[in-house]
Amino acid sequence: MKKTATTRNLTERWMRLFFFLVALTSLTALFLITVFLIKEGLPIFKTVSVREFIFGQYWYPTSDPPDFGIFPLIVASLLVTLFSGLIAVPLGIMTAIYIAEMASARVSEIVKPMVELLAALPSVVIGFFGMVLVAPFLQRVFGVPTGLNMFNASLMLAFMSIPTICSISEDAIHSVPAALKEASIALGASHLQTLVRVILPAAISGISTAVILGLSRAIGETMVVLMVAGGAAMIPRSLFDPVRPMPASIAAEMAEAPLGSEHYYALFATGIVLFIMTLSFNIIADYLSHKYRRVGEASL
Amino acid sequence: MKIDIDQDYHRRKKAAQRIAFVIFRSAAFINGIALFIILYFMVANGWQAISWEFLTRPPVDSMTRGGILPCIIGTFALSFGAIIAALPIGIASAIYLNEYATQGRAIRIIRLGVTSLAGVPSVVFGLFGLAFFVVILKMGVSIMAGALTLGVMSLPVIIGATEEALKAVPNTFREASLGLGATKWQTIWRIVLPAALPGILTGSILGLSRAAGETAPIMFTGAVFFTPKLPQSLFDEVMALPYHIYVLATAGTNIEETRHLQYGTALVLIALVLGMNVIAIFYRSRLRRRLTG
Repeated sequence: MKKTATTRNLTERWMRLFFFLVALTSLTALFLITVFLIKEGLPIFKTVSVREFIFGQYWYPTSDPPDFGIFPLIVASLLVTLFSGLIAVPLGIMTAIYIAEMASARVSEIVKPMVELLAALPSVVIGFFGMVLVAPFLQRVFGVPTGLNMFNASLMLAFMSIPTICSISEDAIHSVPAALKEASIALGASHLQTLVRVILPAAISGISTAVILGLSRAIGETMVVLMVAGGAAMIPRSLFDPVRPMPASIAAEMAEAPLGSEHYYALFATGIVLFIMTLSFNIIADYLSHKYRRVGEASL
Repeated sequence: MKIDIDQDYHRRKKAAQRIAFVIFRSAAFINGIALFIILYFMVANGWQAISWEFLTRPPVDSMTRGGILPCIIGTFALSFGAIIAALPIGIASAIYLNEYATQGRAIRIIRLGVTSLAGVPSVVFGLFGLAFFVVILKMGVSIMAGALTLGVMSLPVIIGATEEALKAVPNTFREASLGLGATKWQTIWRIVLPAALPGILTGSILGLSRAAGETAPIMFTGAVFFTPKLPQSLFDEVMALPYHIYVLATAGTNIEETRHLQYGTALVLIALVLGMNVIAIFYRSRLRRRLTG
């Protein structure tokens, strides 16, 4: 009897250790990603300095001598993310409000899956849609030389980040205690006043997390910017100029860059910059969601 | 006099609310409209391309005619490979996080690792797969390398879904089992996992559909422009639906002329991915009803 108890305890301890080790896989993967990006990206800095790489105005990796300045690519990434955010943030949050606060159970049974299906559309399909249908449309309507431009890319990216923003915001709005809402209504506030002055402030940490994760998704999205952004590695002067965001540059050029060439290293180094940006977005989001988490009703 | 002001205030309050709510409702509908427009154009332009031949024949004449069979097989191989690799690890990680772990710094860091992994751009996964699986582990551009890259990418999706499924199992189940003298592992294996299985299944279908639709992670690791033969082993390169769409739409020999093939391929991919999602969503809402009802 005593022996079985010890064996059982031993098994328990081993199982616990086993699951702990497996749970470390994600961290290990993240670590390996970092290691390999650095390993394959750092050699470029033997040829150009970090400063020249990040602030260099010219990206001509295949000319002779090559130019490895990714400033136009960084600007392009930041701008498409910004413009897509201008569309996606209001739409995503308002949709979340609609689902969480206004829609009847039956309507939200339809609207929620619709948002999820929007999220499920493969990025290459959205890119293809932007390329063959939205681009000619923009060209006709705005009379611009090419429909493959920053505006098109931002628009497509917006619809890719709306589902992220919407579902996380909705969770945040849902988790606001009902008592807060009831108290506000009981004081004579309208539903809208309650929403704007009580519910949204209480849910702000979740909503900011949602916005940051949505933007992070937009900045890292590859196929859409590869197919619809136009691909010109220069700093845009108007909303309808073609641009070449970082992911597009990596995806388009990796196939041509010989293994171990300067171009190959430069693309990995671009990957490092992209990785640092999305990682910091994620860490900020994590920080916000922990820091301003309101526990219970007493904290308001 | 005072009553008048009050009534005016109330009227304005009501009007403001009505306007705001109309705006919120329209915002929600814009999403539906966007989804509808995309699906409508894809179906309207793509359905003519779909035929038995299109689904069962390889492309011919430098991909200007013929079917997409190798792409369908390639996509199945890559996405199932990814799930087979990621599912056991994902489920075990979720079990640790939800059943064993107590609050503390280690857990915080593991969780941050999972969410950060979820936020890594797909093209960066591609770079990682190229440098690690293809080059260092010498797998070459192959199903194996592509599937493992996709697997790492799907890990957070599976962990998230499994955790949600585990959380939905009422604590009374666990307490009853422990109270009867079962150990923690016995409780997890015989009580918690069976109860959470449907939810875990739903999550894996979602992970599978996401893996099937991704392009950037497999561009340098598993998929190729064109290969005449069907894969014979895990170390063969393959064609894949998403990459095929991209290739035909941007680098084909005659982009305009193969438009119907592009729409057709896109429609097949959408049907595959959305089909899996619809199954998962239906299944999940039935589950929720059973758990709450």
